Amino acid sequence: MNQMNELAALVKELEEQLVICTRCGMCQSVCPLFEQTHKETDVARGKLALLDGLMKNIFSDPNGVTQRLNKCLLCGSCAANCPSGVNVLEIFIKARAILTEYKGLSVLKKIIFKKMLANPGTFDTLTQWAGWFQSLFMKSESNAQKTSCVRLISPLIDNRHILPIARTAFHKTLSPQIQKAPGSGLSALFFTGCLIDKFLPNVAHASVKVLNHHDVTLIIPRGQGCCGIPALASGDRATFTKLVDHHLDLFQKDEFDVLVTACATCTSTIKKLWPTVYKNPSNSVKNQLHTLSEKTMDINQFLVDHVNPDFKKDLSTTQQKDREIVTYHDPCHLKKSLGVAAQPRKIIRAAGKTLVEMDGSDRCCGMGGSFNLYHYGLSSSIGALKQKNISETGCRTVSTGCPACMMQISDMLAKKKKNIKVRHPMELYARALADKIT
Amino acid sequence: MINQSIIKALKNIVGPEHLLSEKEDMYTYSYDAAVLTPRMPSAAVMPASTEELGRIVSLCHENCIPITVRGSGTNLSGGTIPETSGIVLLTGLLNKIIEINEQDMYAVVQPGVVTATLAAAVEQKGLFYPPDPGSQLVSTLGGNVAENAGGLRGLKYGVTKDYVMGLHFFDARGNYVKTGSRTVKCATGYNLTGLMTGSEGTLGILDEIILKLIPAPIARQSMVAVYDTIEQASETVAGIIAARIIPATLEILDNFTIRAVEDYSRVGLPIDAAALLLIEVDGHPVVVKEDGEKVEALCRKMGAKEIKVAETEKERDKIWAARRSALSALAKLKPTLVLEDATVPRSKIPDMVLALQQIASEFNIDIGTFGHAGDGNLHPTILTDRRNTEEFKRVEEAIEAIFDKALTLGGTLSGEHGTGLAKAPFLEKEAGFSSVLFSRQLRRALDPQNILNPGKITGLSEEDSI
Repeated sequence: MNQMNELAALVKELEEQLVICTRCGMCQSVCPLFEQTHKETDVARGKLALLDGLMKNIFSDPNGVTQRLNKCLLCGSCAANCPSGVNVLEIFIKARAILTEYKGLSVLKKIIFKKMLANPGTFDTLTQWAGWFQSLFMKSESNAQKTSCVRLISPLIDNRHILPIARTAFHKTLSPQIQKAPGSGLSALFFTGCLIDKFLPNVAHASVKVLNHHDVTLIIPRGQGCCGIPALASGDRATFTKLVDHHLDLFQKDEFDVLVTACATCTSTIKKLWPTVYKNPSNSVKNQLHTLSEKTMDINQFLVDHVNPDFKKDLSTTQQKDREIVTYHDPCHLKKSLGVAAQPRKIIRAAGKTLVEMDGSDRCCGMGGSFNLYHYGLSSSIGALKQKNISETGCRTVSTGCPACMMQISDMLAKKKKNIKVRHPMELYARALADKIT
Repeated sequence: MINQSIIKALKNIVGPEHLLSEKEDMYTYSYDAAVLTPRMPSAAVMPASTEELGRIVSLCHENCIPITVRGSGTNLSGGTIPETSGIVLLTGLLNKIIEINEQDMYAVVQPGVVTATLAAAVEQKGLFYPPDPGSQLVSTLGGNVAENAGGLRGLKYGVTKDYVMGLHFFDARGNYVKTGSRTVKCATGYNLTGLMTGSEGTLGILDEIILKLIPAPIARQSMVAVYDTIEQASETVAGIIAARIIPATLEILDNFTIRAVEDYSRVGLPIDAAALLLIEVDGHPVVVKEDGEKVEALCRKMGAKEIKVAETEKERDKIWAARRSALSALAKLKPTLVLEDATVPRSKIPDMVLALQQIASEFNIDIGTFGHAGDGNLHPTILTDRRNTEEFKRVEEAIEAIFDKALTLGGTLSGEHGTGLAKAPFLEKEAGFSSVLFSRQLRRALDPQNILNPGKITGLSEEDSI
């Protein structure tokens, strides 16, 4: 019980943020998880109450709260719609860190985060090996989504249709010319992100083409790693801090106007969580994080708002009626966290596509990072709704600005054997540029 | 506490996934949106069918276990707090719209259907379900019926009770009772539908609700009138009603609220105005035009220094978005928000508005006032921090002063939030002892074991406790 006192004292750090919740319950109207389960502990109000309970030391151990707190997509729908402005995501991330620091990480997570993720070099090598061996366990499905499924039933993969690890990761293809491409416009540091680097390198290649085309001075530092969100979501603030430090060092070597990423989650992590969750930063680190946060933006936003090419200009050579129908899914970490929604749509139109809106384009796809690993059934039920909304538009391609959403949506479409491709807006735009030029 | 054999029996009825009893889960069913002391239930159960619901009620009847029904837990008077523990019965899985009948203009729903979901579904068919409580995006129709919820359109369209045509419910013994019908008129038997509506889960447990629908209005016009004094604004409200015009909505915002809303949403409200009236007339286009002009002229006559009529649908939406954000905007100012809903005859709105200002200064607390001025239902909203015990004591005293004033003016303690726990101790003050006694006798006759939401409305007297 004494130890629970200690935990209560730690949670008290969050008190001023917790008291803002008036228990009005409006979060129930937007929570994708609550829609499935109708249980109070699954929605923000319930989770905030549980933290309040921890603070008041009413539970005999932290396990029940931890388990319920972790059952969350971290999609931020609640925060984006909270009448009182409770900063739900920041509270949950900090609470997960407090609980993990108090209880310790599981052995498996210790190995994954501390031995692999925290060391970008090791992580690169391991995923490369996994890429070589994956065909032993997985077979390609030759479908529109290019997913693979397991050859034998495996409890780890379940019946997932997963995007395979790329044959060649993006960072392996970085020639000095790509890595530092001078332009006449703004200078941008491109942060690749793990999923794009290792699973969807085409998104990075497309981004580079687009940035080059628009004459942006491009810098892609070698030795990039993970933005830290998987560690943070599991409460591993130590690994997170190590990764942030690593990148702050790395980014100091170059001058740049903006940091762009093609990954919604990386952008929102660097912009919102790096400065707020970093524990006890020195003044200089604090300033660095703050400046970096200001400079960080999504690639669609960068192109439309700052590079400012005429995005009404149509790159397509086809007639209006022959155009491919594309629908767009709003990643939670773009629209709800950062308010970026109009820009990717402009890019898709500029790529000469007919954009047809789906019902609930900003509803979470159900991925939620490790949520998908631990609650695959629920994740799939939420994803099935997304799949239905996508399919009903009659589109040939669904586009979205987040590699994690791309993976989830691919899985959902493959399950239903839909002939719909999944593409990042940069891929569509780069393709249109190439068609136009040739 | 209830014993393990009951938990097991409940689990048998609904399946293990739909029975919760761990302390963490119980803590999240110990509160609602009212500022009251939380109480944990011993179990929470989620029936998914009429049959399961009936078996739960019978089990509780046989074992004398209190039942508190909970929809989305947005109650503002503590109606869903399990005051004497027992079980919390969740209606989340009873969320089907059973029928929307366009020819006879009614809908049949399960109690867990969300208000806005039904409103959207009937709108697609050109029909209209008017009651629109502030929490309509999450509130359930079962909760709306149990609390007799109101909303912005009360003035012209009435409140939930005006739309309940019939109900199916389980009584305290687990018998299935049907009342009302699918017809416009129904004169058989007692009007149990009327009795059940607003009974806050103390007389029976709803299973099916038949709701009246009406044709959607063809035209509407919204406007904002700006005033230099709140007296002028409130006198306009009384003036419009006296002129025999019934707007669909007639809302007031005081200066405190205007500034909070503008800070929050930057919609361009005049922050130096003492008060705003937000008005919407609807109906046939000709009538809308005529009423609109009359209201505008009246506002000017009563001293409005500026009137802005919404020219486009977008401008209209902006006006009502500003009104709807009032509570949110106020909520951001301080950690604790106490939303009251004392209501007076509408001719008394000017007196009530004045009294609220006096009370705020007398008790030295922040009160933002906005609300449904047209139906006499103001929302004095007190901003405080519950952790500040000294201030919170003054808040409680101010609330009593508000109640007293409302009653003096011939009004009521609650226009739409219900009695629940928060107002139970004051019921006698408003209705008199005989009324409370009558209610207690009624309750005792229908629920001798006192298992249906104990403590609500009539309070927990010694003779009532089991």
